[in-house]
Amino acid sequence: MTDPSTATGTDLTADVLVAGGGPAGAWAAVKAAEAGANVVLADKGYLGTSGATAAAGTGVWYVEPDPAAREAAMASREGLGGHLADRAWMARVLDQTYANMNELAEISKYPFPVGPDGRQIRRGLQGPEYMRRMRVRVRRAGVRVLDHSPVTELLADGSGAVAGAAGRRLRAGGEFRVRAGAVVLATGGCAFLSRALGCDVNTGDGALFAAEAGAELSGMEFSNAYAIAPAFTSVTKTAFYSFATFYRADGTVLEGAGSQKGRSVIARTLLDEPVLCRIDRATPDERAAMRLAQPNFFLPFDRQGIDPFHDLFPVTLLAEGTVRGTGGIRITGPDCSTSVPGLYAAGDAATRELICGGFTGGGSHNAAWAMSSGTWAGQGAARHAAALGGGAARRRTRPLGAAGIRPAGRPALDHREVTAAVRAEVLPYDKNYLRHGDRLAPALAALDDTWRALRDGLAGAGVDGARARSAAAMAAHARWMYRAALARTETRGMHKREDRPGADPAQHFRLVTGGLDEIWTRPETAVAAVAP
Amino acid sequence: MIEVVSAARCVACDVCVKVCPTDVFERGPDGVPVIARQGDCQTCFMCEAHCPTDALYVAPFSDPAPPGSPHADEAALGPALGAYRRIVGWGSGRTPGSRADKNHLFTRRVRVVPERPED
Repeated sequence: MTDPSTATGTDLTADVLVAGGGPAGAWAAVKAAEAGANVVLADKGYLGTSGATAAAGTGVWYVEPDPAAREAAMASREGLGGHLADRAWMARVLDQTYANMNELAEISKYPFPVGPDGRQIRRGLQGPEYMRRMRVRVRRAGVRVLDHSPVTELLADGSGAVAGAAGRRLRAGGEFRVRAGAVVLATGGCAFLSRALGCDVNTGDGALFAAEAGAELSGMEFSNAYAIAPAFTSVTKTAFYSFATFYRADGTVLEGAGSQKGRSVIARTLLDEPVLCRIDRATPDERAAMRLAQPNFFLPFDRQGIDPFHDLFPVTLLAEGTVRGTGGIRITGPDCSTSVPGLYAAGDAATRELICGGFTGGGSHNAAWAMSSGTWAGQGAARHAAALGGGAARRRTRPLGAAGIRPAGRPALDHREVTAAVRAEVLPYDKNYLRHGDRLAPALAALDDTWRALRDGLAGAGVDGARARSAAAMAAHARWMYRAALARTETRGMHKREDRPGADPAQHFRLVTGGLDEIWTRPETAVAAVAP
Repeated sequence: MIEVVSAARCVACDVCVKVCPTDVFERGPDGVPVIARQGDCQTCFMCEAHCPTDALYVAPFSDPAPPGSPHADEAALGPALGAYRRIVGWGSGRTPGSRADKNHLFTRRVRVVPERPED
């Protein structure tokens, strides 16, 4: 690798390239570097503030290595996830998360709270503090960090193995290319620019790159997460609304509405009328705890002069797609490898079905998955690069990007039009949240039309080029979601079909999805085993 | 969305330009950042937390504040500038807010909610 102090930042070589600077990417970069790899990390925003975690506070699936406690932790959520999770993966995520959280305390000196027994409580993280410290650790590990540098496509060698990535430098200007022995995609899930807290950088770019390289996706039907937020604001923290009562505009209680059970009642009501809320079931101690757990939850209230514990305020549901859904790039090995040599996936870019099945209640499992899968993907990518030998980063490569970067026809489309067309099919509650085959099918047809148009005519230069790729990625993501949602003709996990209520025992399998112009689905036949 | 950059408080350190995940700021001719792409602001409050002189204010709305709004008026905001950084506990002499974190209490609560995520 070029000396970081003198490199121009346009054409680099590395053992491992990490795309994405949220927690999964940061852990991948640290662990690849600790395994001896030269690492470049590129993020479309800024390592330390980018993504769903940095702006939020989250619980972490951190369980002491006590067999009874571990058993209870694994058993507690299996039903919620539609029994699609895998015990062996859960067990190793619990092990790895325990180790990583302890590293955060010991190496990064993360200031955890201290319990009455004098011991640190390591079951939660505050995003700004966590990611600031991860940035320090990544840089101390010698990783070259490219901020404001969205990856726009993967590079492959002659055999089809992934051999690097290329992208745009938004602030420095120009393009960059990193030829590498292996690539980790840690680009996050896809929230369709819904303005859900911290999620506007999560446009599903990595899933598009992976599909272009020939990788598969899994669980894309589990993609209808919506979070409660005060209307016209960004701050999501659905857990706190378990203390809330919901009301109609006339002040009567909205029967059946709730943050866990009953969020669909809120969605159905919001289609026609406003929904009001008051967090009126929290004790004074709980109210105080909320302020300490996620201070920015209260910024929209405090700054508008609303007391959420006493005043009624309007709420909305913001799409979180596959950020808090569980679908993503399919993992095929214990090192978070994919079906494409040289390509690894971590965090929300990857499927979280292995530990959650078809449902995650919030950040706790995702946070554990991000640090665990990031660790394994980073180590796996470093091993892969080492096995290829020193010349791997100088292989002859070809770029794999097509939609939104190399259109078949004359570029005539604006990425804003494409994004608007995708959002019109994905954000409405009666299409994605309250699912019915009669509404999913026409929405998919409209998205297919959008895809054909953008394949023919979407591209852009500079910043617009990166956005055109994100628009294409969102279009692809929405089509995988709805194709999978139509294929799963039952209700399981978060995927609820109004026309197919109840689980169908014959569909107790994960659903694999792939393809770009033609999308396919198939039941998964072999689970990604922990032991190779 | 980001509404206020206080020229009186700003020390032209460029931290906000660097840390904004959606690249909203540009350095102005006098070194004070300008809100160049407000429409890209995702209202994540990260710039406020990172600003060392409490010169920034993010209004609590996902859309621009209407003309004449007190949320875009530095004089009307007063102590609201820097309020978030104070609770995050960043800045010399402060205790990190994470020392008082209670997220673990709410994770446990989600865990005890009975089977079936929703109706």
